This record gives sequence, structure tokens and C-alpha cells, in this order.
Amino acid sequence: MTKEFEPNIIAFLCNWCSYAGSDLAGTSRIKYPPNVLSIRVMCSGRVDTSFVLSAFKDGADGVLIAGCHPGDCHYQSGNYKTKRRTLLLKKLLDQLGIDQKRVRFEYISASEGQKYADVVTEFVAELKELGPCRLPEVIE
Amino acid sequence: MAKKIGVFICHCGENIASKVDIEELAKFAETLDNVVVSKTYKYICSEAGAKLIKDTIKEYKLNGVVTASCSPRMHELTFRKIVSDAGLNPFNLEIANIREQVSWIHDDLKIATEKSKKILRGAVAKARLLESLVTPTVKVTPKAMVIGGGIAGIQASLDLAEAGHKVYLVEKSPSIGGRMAQLDKTFPTLDCSGCILTPKMKEVFSNPNIELLTYADVTHVDGNIGNYIVTVKKKARYVKWDKCKGCGDCAVACRLHDKIISEFDMGMGKRSAIYMPFSQAVPPKYTIDKDTCLMLTKGKCGTGPLCVEACPEKCIDFNQKDENVDITVGVIVVATGYDVMDPSAMHELSYARSQDVITSMEMERLINSAGPTDGKIICPSTGEAPKSVTYILCVGSRDQTECSWCCRIGCMSALKQVYLIKEKLGDEVELNICYTDIRSFGKGYEEFYRKIRGMNVNFFRGRPSEVRAGKDKITTDIFDTTTNKLFEITSDLVVLVPALVPRADAAEFSRILRISQSGDGFLLEAHPKLRPMDTFTSGIFIAGSCQGPKDIQDSVAHASGAAARADTILSKKEYETEPFTSVVNEDLCSGCATCISICPYDAITLEKQKDDHSLAKVDETLCMGCGACVVACPSGAMQQKGFNDKQILAMISAFAKGDEK
Repeated sequence: MTKEFEPNIIAFLCNWCSYAGSDLAGTSRIKYPPNVLSIRVMCSGRVDTSFVLSAFKDGADGVLIAGCHPGDCHYQSGNYKTKRRTLLLKKLLDQLGIDQKRVRFEYISASEGQKYADVVTEFVAELKELGPCRLPEVIE
Repeated sequence: MAKKIGVFICHCGENIASKVDIEELAKFAETLDNVVVSKTYKYICSEAGAKLIKDTIKEYKLNGVVTASCSPRMHELTFRKIVSDAGLNPFNLEIANIREQVSWIHDDLKIATEKSKKILRGAVAKARLLESLVTPTVKVTPKAMVIGGGIAGIQASLDLAEAGHKVYLVEKSPSIGGRMAQLDKTFPTLDCSGCILTPKMKEVFSNPNIELLTYADVTHVDGNIGNYIVTVKKKARYVKWDKCKGCGDCAVACRLHDKIISEFDMGMGKRSAIYMPFSQAVPPKYTIDKDTCLMLTKGKCGTGPLCVEACPEKCIDFNQKDENVDITVGVIVVATGYDVMDPSAMHELSYARSQDVITSMEMERLINSAGPTDGKIICPSTGEAPKSVTYILCVGSRDQTECSWCCRIGCMSALKQVYLIKEKLGDEVELNICYTDIRSFGKGYEEFYRKIRGMNVNFFRGRPSEVRAGKDKITTDIFDTTTNKLFEITSDLVVLVPALVPRADAAEFSRILRISQSGDGFLLEAHPKLRPMDTFTSGIFIAGSCQGPKDIQDSVAHASGAAARADTILSKKEYETEPFTSVVNEDLCSGCATCISICPYDAITLEKQKDDHSLAKVDETLCMGCGACVVACPSGAMQQKGFNDKQILAMISAFAKGDEK
């Protein structure tokens, strides 16, 4: 029997809301799959499209970007900027043959530990269904 | 110079060590490029842990430090200080979060250890590229703004003023005093609320360091720690305040005298359209309510406004307009308090149907000797003293369909009112209390509860299923869980003790201030135990019940704490901010100005060079370090210190490839 595919997810979390939310999931001892590795940025607005593409190029199967809820951004509007960019990026992914579902943008506040765990759990299940991204192999 | 990195892995007692194989992780760390040493310790944040880190930095001449420990949101400052004490620039530090994001999530040792390795690999990848950073400083405006004039706001203002700082106290209603001013006696000592509050209100009024801005709203906040620019809307009062002596002739003369429902009296009393909320109001001056005044709503008031005729000082001015002022302060203390839940929607309790079903705040006004009945406790429908009163606790509180939280004051305030009713109406009055649990946790509270238990009061444990308003009696159905019996309690008056809820405008207000709310809607503290007065926005503090329900003692303590926290900033001439600002590579910048349009803080300007070529320039004191301009820059000229492209891409690569050293 082949081992079940375990997707490799990179999460970009903003310092003020979503990273705090992911910490709260831990503080509250909420369980979620171990497939996510997080990168803390000060604002979700710092997440460059090239970061997402690099992640896929380097072998990630999914990318999660999470920022503050609308109106709550610590830097006023960084979350909107990234939300808009993510919509454009999804179109680009189509052309690269990467399923749009491999990129997720979520609003997760500092008090939403449960939401973070739920998002991760759901994303892992979705990616298991999609299978590996295999972009590195395609490039070669 | 090649990076020489030391890795320090924390057991965090059992917190990490019980779920992650620390020794295996330490061995793994030493296989990573540039890692010259890895050490483990029970608590690396402790004094002994700090010494271990410092000694190792010196011994191995380290120029990079990675800790595998709790979240950077917990101990980043602690570790920066340790690194800095060892003579290294504090920003040569990266933290692998293996507690909140590993050991507290995963129960399987193998899974947790493997995930910790991956996180550590990413942290080391970034650490290889870390650079020394200089912390910019901002000049601090040595002034504070306190928003909300209840007991918490009053306490914070007085403390800050006493510390020698100028304080602007902004209150939205015409008087300070807040909820505490509405109360009669306070538990558990039964001292009169007014007697202990009004001296403090007077102190605020007369303190030369405090500028009181009542009947004013905070509408906009700009700037940052050290220099917040707050726009305050001073609402028109239609009374010249510098002249008003507070004589009250205008209110007596008003055509709507005793016709307008008084908010301060919780609807139990009436006022005029020109009013002072209560007789001990501070400042002791009158305000015209523009929503009811005939001149302001209809343009005419009989043959002419009677208040104008009555006022001996000629203070009435119907042409006054709202006025906006910008005030610069170094810090903000938010003390906006709470709302009392309106139980109307809980139809089974008949609050909206029966005049004789009232809330405990309404009862508070009835008991108060300065209240609308001069302290006479009555059934509102008849005006007669009740012969029996039933209290229902936890109305909407500890209730999954309404508010999940405990209001923390309901039990004690009901016990106090029961005592006062007995005192006023005599022991003959029948008193029933329907409770869930009696929570008497504070100093002297349990003793007070015992005292009431020893009195002639009936306790029923349970939640009434229905309150039925009959012709002259009200029936409360309750299943008592201590006797397993269904009771029908009939009484003249029913008092509901409703949940305490966040202010109706808490969401909008938290947006204006750029602070967060917790899941229940109250304002979120930076840490529930260690930073209960801080918010995640530097320089903004929270005090009192805006953070969550509190009694008076806890509100005062919280407020003094918030003032002390605020003072730690105001007492500095300059404040060190985070160094994660953007920086322009002048060789790459084409002067296209895209970054300027994207910056939310106007921190970037275009500077003309000698050869007529323009370059973007970042003002470090204005840049808040969001990094949006870095993403926007088409030529890669903009970078964010501490979060530059190379550092983030190295982490991505380490995480995604997974097999790299």
C-alpha cells in the first residue's frame, strides 16, 4: 500500500491578526494537521506574488495567505492589497497549470484560533484530493 | 563574514519537551549549514537560560542566534535583550515557534519532532541572512488621551495627571461619572457610590493637568505611538459653557420639563430638553438635547423658547455648531465601558410586556436616594411599594444562545440590592433569588453572600422557563435543581439581571483606533495574563470593562495599571520603534513613484538628484514597516529590513524543498 500523500503547505501570516490567531489555536490546544509551516510577515500586504510562485517552484503543494479582517488591518489596507493580488494571481496560476484551489486567502483575526485550525484542516483535505502539485517536475 | 549560528532549544518545562524529542532536534540542528553549536535548556527565557545563551555567544563568537521555543509574540523582546547583552546586535535573532505551532497542537512525538525540524530549518535559513539593524526613535509628545469618563477613565486620568502628564479626558455624554454614578450603594462594603465617586469627579474637574472634553466623540485617529493625532468632535450643546453657572432655571422653564425620558435614570425618570444628566454632574453645566428640543427639531418653541427667557446669564445659543479639533498625544487609554443587554428580545421574561419586570440597573435608580423616586422602591405600574420581589440572575449571561460569558457583577449586585430592599422596606418583604451559581469571588464577597444567606431570602437554583405577567401579580416558573421541584413564584416585582455586553459601537470604534476585538466583541488585550492593559497597537491601552466585564474594584485596578503602562512611554523623551522599515536601493530605483501611491503613511517622497533624476526616499520615523511598497516596486529597489526578499525566499525554499541543509 502506498503511503497517503501529505501535502506541504506554506502559510504567510500577518503578525498582528493571523499569526496571533495561529498562536491562539496552540494556546487553546486545538488540534489540526501538521502539514503547514508558517512564515510570519508584519503585514499580509508584504506577500509578494513571487513568494507564492517560488513556493510552488520549490515544491509546495499549497499556499495559505492570511491577514486581518476587512477594516482591521494594522496598516490600514495591506489585507485588501493582497486580497486583490491573490485574485489576479489565481488567474495566472490557471495559465501555469496550477489549480486555483492551491492558493487560499483568508481573513483570520487574533481571536480566531478555531478558524485557523478549521482553515488548515479543510485546506489539507482539499489538497489531499488534488494530489501533489509537481511544478518542479514540470519545470524540469 | 560567514554566519556562525547558535541554536538554543527550550524544553519549556514539559510544554515542549513532552511532545518534541529535544535531543534529536539538537542533533539535527548541528547538521544545518552555518550552525556551529546547539544547546538545550529547561527554560531558555530564565536567568540561567540567558546566561547559557550569552556565554555560548561569547565562547563560539556567534553572530547569529536561533531559538526554538515559544512564539516570537511571547518572548522575542526577552531574547533580543539577551542577544544584545552578549554584545550582538539584537536583530541577529530568529525564533522557531515550536510551542504554539507544534507541541501544543500535535500529540504524536514523531510528527511533532519532524515538524519542529522543518520549522528550525526555515528559521536557520533566514538567520543566515539576518543583518544588524538600528532602531529608529521617535520623539514622544508627553500628553495622554483617555477616552471614556467612567470610573476607569477617571482613575487613569488622575494617575497620569499625578505623574505630571497633560491629559485630555474625552467623554461622549455631557458628564463624566459613567455607570458608577448611576449606582446607589456598592458591594460588598455598602459604601455609597456617589460618596466615593463624586470627589474623584471633582478632582478631575479641578486638576490643572486634565482638560475635560465632555459631550465629545473621537472620530478619527492618525499617527502612531508617541504622536497620535486624534480628531475629537465637540458636539454642539447650544449653551455657552464658559458662562453657564448650572443654576437649572432653564430646565425648569423648558416646555418639555419632565417630559423627556431620562437615559441616566434608565427610563425610570423624566428630564427636560435642556438638561444636566444628574445633579452632581461634572462639569455642572447644561446641554440642549438636539433630538427633542422644539427649537432644534421644529424651528419654533411656542411663542419663544422659555429657556432663553429664564437663563440669567444669556447662555442659550441655538446657532452653535459641532466643532472638530485635532489633538496630538503620545498615548491613548481607552476606557469606554460596557452596555447592559436589553432583555426585550427574550420574550419569555415579559420585560417588554410588563412595567413591573425591570432590570437591575433600573432598580438601582429606584433605590438611589438621588434617583427619580427619591429612593422609594416602587412597582412602576402602581407606584406602590412591592410586597414581594423576585430576582432572576444570568439573564442572557452564561447562555450559549445569548452571551456565553459571566457578567461578573450580577450575583453580587443582586445580593446587594436584596440587602438594600430589606433595609428600606423591612423584613416583611418577600425576596426570591433565581440563580445559576452564586459567584462571590472577590475580597469580602463570600462573606457578604453568607450574610444574605442568613437573612430571610429564598434561593432557587435554576433558570426560570417563563415569567408570566398576570393582572396584579407576576408568576415566575422555575425548576429548582437542588430540590428537583417545579415552583411557581408569585411576586409584585421581577428584577432581571442582564448580561454585560460590548458597547454597541465597539466594532466601529476599534477600527478607528486600529485595535482588535476578542471573539465576544470586547476589546482585545495583548496577552490575557501578562499584558492585560496593552493592545497590539503600541501606545494604545485599555482600561476597565471595555476589555471585559469588571466590577468597580477591578476596573480601578485595571485603570491604574493602564495608566502605569502609559506612563512608561510618556516618561521617555524618545521612544524606540521597530526597525523593520523600508529602504531604497538607490542604484535600482527608477523614480517611478509607485511606492508613494501605495504607502498608507505618506512616508515616501521623491527627491530630485543633481542630474535631474529622481529617487524615492523613506522617512524612517513615518514608515510603520508594513512592506507594501516592497511588493509594489517594479524594479526591486525597495526592501524591508528584517523581512527582505532574500530572507523570506530562503525560508520558503527551506520549507518547500524540505531536504536542503
